[in-house]
Amino acid sequence: MVENLRFRDATLANRVVEKIRRLALKQETVKICHVCGTHEWTITHFGLRSLLPGNVEVIAGPGCPVCIVPASEFDEAIQLALKGMVVACFGDVLRVPGSKMSLLDAKAKGADVRVVYGVGDAVKMARRENDKEFVFFAVGFETTAPSTAVEVVKKPPENLSFLVSHRLIPPAMKLLVEMKDLSLNGFVAPGHVSTIIGVKPYRVFPELYGMPTVVAGFEPLDILFGVYMILKQLSEGKPRLENEYVRAVRQEGNVKAQKLMKKVFKVVDDNWRGLGTIPSSTFKLREEYETFDACLKHGVKVEDGVDIQPGCKCHLVIIGKIKPTECPLFMKACTPQRPVGPCMVSSEGTCQIWAKTSKLT
Amino acid sequence: MMVACLLDRLLWLVFRSFEGKGFICVLVHVSVIVMCLAIPAKVVNIKGDGARVDFGEGVLREVNVMLVDAKVGDYVLVHAGYAIEVLSEEEALETLRLWNEILDAAEA
Repeated sequence: MVENLRFRDATLANRVVEKIRRLALKQETVKICHVCGTHEWTITHFGLRSLLPGNVEVIAGPGCPVCIVPASEFDEAIQLALKGMVVACFGDVLRVPGSKMSLLDAKAKGADVRVVYGVGDAVKMARRENDKEFVFFAVGFETTAPSTAVEVVKKPPENLSFLVSHRLIPPAMKLLVEMKDLSLNGFVAPGHVSTIIGVKPYRVFPELYGMPTVVAGFEPLDILFGVYMILKQLSEGKPRLENEYVRAVRQEGNVKAQKLMKKVFKVVDDNWRGLGTIPSSTFKLREEYETFDACLKHGVKVEDGVDIQPGCKCHLVIIGKIKPTECPLFMKACTPQRPVGPCMVSSEGTCQIWAKTSKLT
Repeated sequence: MMVACLLDRLLWLVFRSFEGKGFICVLVHVSVIVMCLAIPAKVVNIKGDGARVDFGEGVLREVNVMLVDAKVGDYVLVHAGYAIEVLSEEEALETLRLWNEILDAAEA
C-alpha cells in the first residue's frame, strides 16, 4: 500500500498547491469545471477544494452518466421490465427515479431486473436462458459505449436487445461554455472518456472559446496538477489543450473503439435530464442494427417523462450552478437512503458524493 | 538514492499505475456501477476476444480484449469488463517526465 501513496504524496501536493496559490494571486476569480463523477469523488473525498485559494473554484458539470439520462428512457426500461422482459442494467441505474417509479420499484412489483458488471454478462445470461427475452439498458458516456458496440457487432443472441442511452461529453461541455451566466474559465476534461475519444474533440474549447482545457487523471495529484496547468495557461494568456493523463490517454484515443462506435451508432440530438435537448449529443443504433433496438422490437415508446421531481434541484446541481448544499432537499427529504433526484442516487452523482464524503455543516 | 527513488516510482507507475490498489479491489467487487473509472489489470492468458486478467490480490476475471491489442503480461485498463487501453512503460515514463517538468516549473 505504501506505493499507492506516491500519487497522494502530501509533500508533492503542498508544492503544487503553493504554486497554485502564487498563480491565483494574479487572477481575480477563476471558475474551473470538470465533467466527470469520478473527478468529483476525488476532489470531495480528498478535500481538495479546501486546499485551493478562495478565488479558485472547481465546479462539477454533467459527469454522472446515470443522472443525465431522461426519465422517459427510464420509463421505457420500466415498461419493458413490467411487460415481462429481463432488464439487465448497471447497479446505479436501479434506483434512479423514472416519472413514477424506479427499476427497483418495478423489481419489487415482480419484474425481473438484474444488475450486471457489463454488457458481456447480459449476453452470457441471454445465451444461458434462451427462453426469456433480455434487454440491456446501455447507459454511459464514451467510455462505456464501445462495450455495447462490441456486443452489437458480434451478433448477440436473438433474445437480447438494447435500450441505448449512451451520451457524449464534448457537446455537453459546449453547452456549459455557452451558458454565459456560468462564466467558466477552464475545463478539466474527463480522463477515461478521453482514453477512448482522444484529445482532439476538445480542441474547439481553447481555439473557439479561449477556454484552457486539461485532460486529467483521477488521483488527487492529477487534479491538482490539472488545476495548476489551467491557472498557468490563464496567467500566460494562452489558452490551449493539454494532456496531464498521458499515462492513459493517447493523442488519438482508442481508434479501434472509435471505429466500432461509428459503425454501430449514429449521433442524434436528444434530451438530457434537466438540461433539455443538446445537439449531436446522443448515440442511437444505426438503421442496420435496429433489429437490436429494444423499444422497436417490443413496441415501447415514451415521449415525455417527469425529469424533475418537485423541489429537486438536480438540474442546477448537474451544471454546477448550485452546490448540493444549496438544494432545500439535500440531506433532509433527499438522502442516499431515500433519494429524490438522480444526483443523490448514483455514486457518481454530485449530491451523493457530497452526502457521503463532505462535512455536513 | 535518486536513481533508486526514480526507479521505484517508475515501477509503481508501470505496475500499480493509476488508482490506489485497495481502491481497485473494492471497485472490482462493487463495480456494477456505470462510472467512467477504469481499473488496471495484468493479462494472464488470452483466448480469442476474451482474456483472464489479474486485478491483484487474488481477484481474477474474464474480460473482453477486442478493443485493444493486448498480449499476455501486458497491463490493461478495464472498464465494465472490457479492456479499453494497454499500458506501456513508455507512457509511464512520459507521465514521469511531465510531472517532473511541472515540478521544476513550480520551483522556478
